[in-house]
Amino acid sequence: MSRAALLVLADGRFPAGGHAHSGGAEAAVKAGRITSAASLEDFCRGRLHTAGLVAGALAAAAALGVEPRELDAAADARTPSPALRGAARRLGRQLMRAARASWPSAELDALAGEFPKGAHQPVVLGVAARAAGLGPADAAYCAAYESVSGPATATVRLLSLDPFDATGVLARLAPELDRVADAAVEAARRVLDEGVDALPAASGPVLEIGAEWHAAWPVRLFAS
Amino acid sequence: MTATGVRAQARIVARADGRGGTALPVLDGEGPLALRRTRAGGDEARVMVVGAMSGPLGGDRFSLDTRVEEGARLHVGSAAATIALPGQAKGEAHYDVRLDVADGGELRWLPEQLISAGGSDLYVTTRAELAAGARLVLREEQVLGRVGEEPGRLTSRLTVRVAGRTVLDQQLSCGPGAPGGWDGPAVLAGHRSVGQLVVVRPEFAEQPVAARMLGECAALVPLAGPAVLVSAVAPDALALRRLLDDALTRLA
Amino acid sequence: MHLDHTHHGPAAVSADAHRPDGTRRALRIGLGGPVGSGKTATVAALCRALRDELSLAVVTNDIYTREDAEFLLREAVLPPERITAVETGACPHTAIRDDISANLEAVEDLEDEVGPLDLILVESGGDNLTATFSKGLVDAQIFVIDVAGGDDIPRKGGPGVTTADLLVVNKTDLAPYVGSDLARMAADAKAQRAELPVVFQSLRAEPGVTDVAAWVRGRLTAWAA
Repeated sequence: MSRAALLVLADGRFPAGGHAHSGGAEAAVKAGRITSAASLEDFCRGRLHTAGLVAGALAAAAALGVEPRELDAAADARTPSPALRGAARRLGRQLMRAARASWPSAELDALAGEFPKGAHQPVVLGVAARAAGLGPADAAYCAAYESVSGPATATVRLLSLDPFDATGVLARLAPELDRVADAAVEAARRVLDEGVDALPAASGPVLEIGAEWHAAWPVRLFAS
Repeated sequence: MTATGVRAQARIVARADGRGGTALPVLDGEGPLALRRTRAGGDEARVMVVGAMSGPLGGDRFSLDTRVEEGARLHVGSAAATIALPGQAKGEAHYDVRLDVADGGELRWLPEQLISAGGSDLYVTTRAELAAGARLVLREEQVLGRVGEEPGRLTSRLTVRVAGRTVLDQQLSCGPGAPGGWDGPAVLAGHRSVGQLVVVRPEFAEQPVAARMLGECAALVPLAGPAVLVSAVAPDALALRRLLDDALTRLA
Repeated sequence: MHLDHTHHGPAAVSADAHRPDGTRRALRIGLGGPVGSGKTATVAALCRALRDELSLAVVTNDIYTREDAEFLLREAVLPPERITAVETGACPHTAIRDDISANLEAVEDLEDEVGPLDLILVESGGDNLTATFSKGLVDAQIFVIDVAGGDDIPRKGGPGVTTADLLVVNKTDLAPYVGSDLARMAADAKAQRAELPVVFQSLRAEPGVTDVAAWVRGRLTAWAA
């Protein structure tokens, strides 16, 4: 295993489509719920402990070799918003392309064959981590970090927020991100014995409702 | 500490009576989960949960199992809101609800609100298992704190399975001690009432309902299966109920 | 979808000239250039000029998601299923250069859903003079500038002006009104681009998009050869 592969996979410039998604930040900005670095931090903290935890556990379980089809169904059940399910599958498909080019693997090929229109992004992320020789903790860290880095980057563009402030938010969340990644891996290991019901199902109602609101706008900057 | 919490169990079985109505061969409740059959509406049996005590308190463990058999129709409501309170016993309270609906059966599960009072710590688990041809209307409303009060800690998980496949699995954690950001712009955004309405109908598999907003704080969404979810946040219980009632009317 | 079983082969990662089923994919031509230079109008004119002889489709990359796609729909230059909008998260150049994954999905979906296609035009969101398309996304690119943007743009150069396979100087009808010197623009472009072609066009008068359409036909002939 190459530790540096984690840097490649987690790099914000990894060409897997994330730049066009705000992780709900665009809706929160328009609703007046994110107006500053402080409210961005509050948003990111909530997203980390809900969508971030679930994504981390899905990715870790996929990295452990849990059947991707079951994980994908579990992701559907944990994503009531069809707009978010669609975004997760589009991002999964885009990540699949980048991952297959980066770490060719029979498991990635099989997953792409099974989900030609894309599996949920965290599931693809976990299988990609496996293909890159990474472990469940790496996958969980990637997914959990993406759950907050996406909104932070988007808010810099949407509010012209000082980029140093946004980066400070991410740095302050790091200890919580450690705990979320640990919890995600622990849940993923339980999945090996107990099945996918052991995955966390933490939800943010405002994220889900906001995603549907956002999807209905005629004009928007971000895809989700 | 010697105090242990209350254990209370209740069971309901609804069975088609063969004459177009629904019988209740099992209607067992106790203490805080006393059950009462009320006047039936048409072919539907009606049951009211009448809490004889307030609760659940810390350390209490309630469970309520409901089974609707083939072709039976059951409506379950509650006489008043359930209030989670801090108790003498240490530790969290648990309230587990298990709902099973067989083919051709219909369950309308419409209890009053769950109020999380300051200092309480309650885990609610609601698990619905439906056969492929079963129908369900399920409403769940949580109110964080009584008027002017900080909420207690509430962890609520709702799982709905249809024909063995999980179509919804959602957990909400809020109140002091919940994971960070629960009151922030991604989770509750300062709202004090949050609710879900799940409607499962076999015909949704063929004719899915389109997603739509119901105002700015509620959305009606098709789930990945023959089910629809209305998810809503509101400033108070009354506003929340209005949103969910309105949604139910639209789906009728 | 009949394609569910055709994706098992090696990944069509990006610039492969063939689709997973072995058939040759459509030629992809990118159109970039600054805001307001007439990219969308040129795409619309190309569609009108070519739609009777070719099977074609368009991908737009709006800054505000669907504006350009909706212009094309309103103008009815192609049936709606042949026009797809890609959302770019406020960074149109990222979507055509640094992370082309969403655009690749869009062109592949168009081929799957309305194909076979001969040509896909990929229009970038209006950006700056440095925005160019990745070779992983398009086979050739057209950079569209206009005379009203300043007649010093060809002299200033930049990746779009210097390296695009075709430079289009649009809105020549406005030159007298904005004081642009077309001869000077042509000389500067020649200096920057050496042998690469330049077309001066006005879509408000004959021959309109004819020269650009002829260039596209030439690329198609080379692609199909």
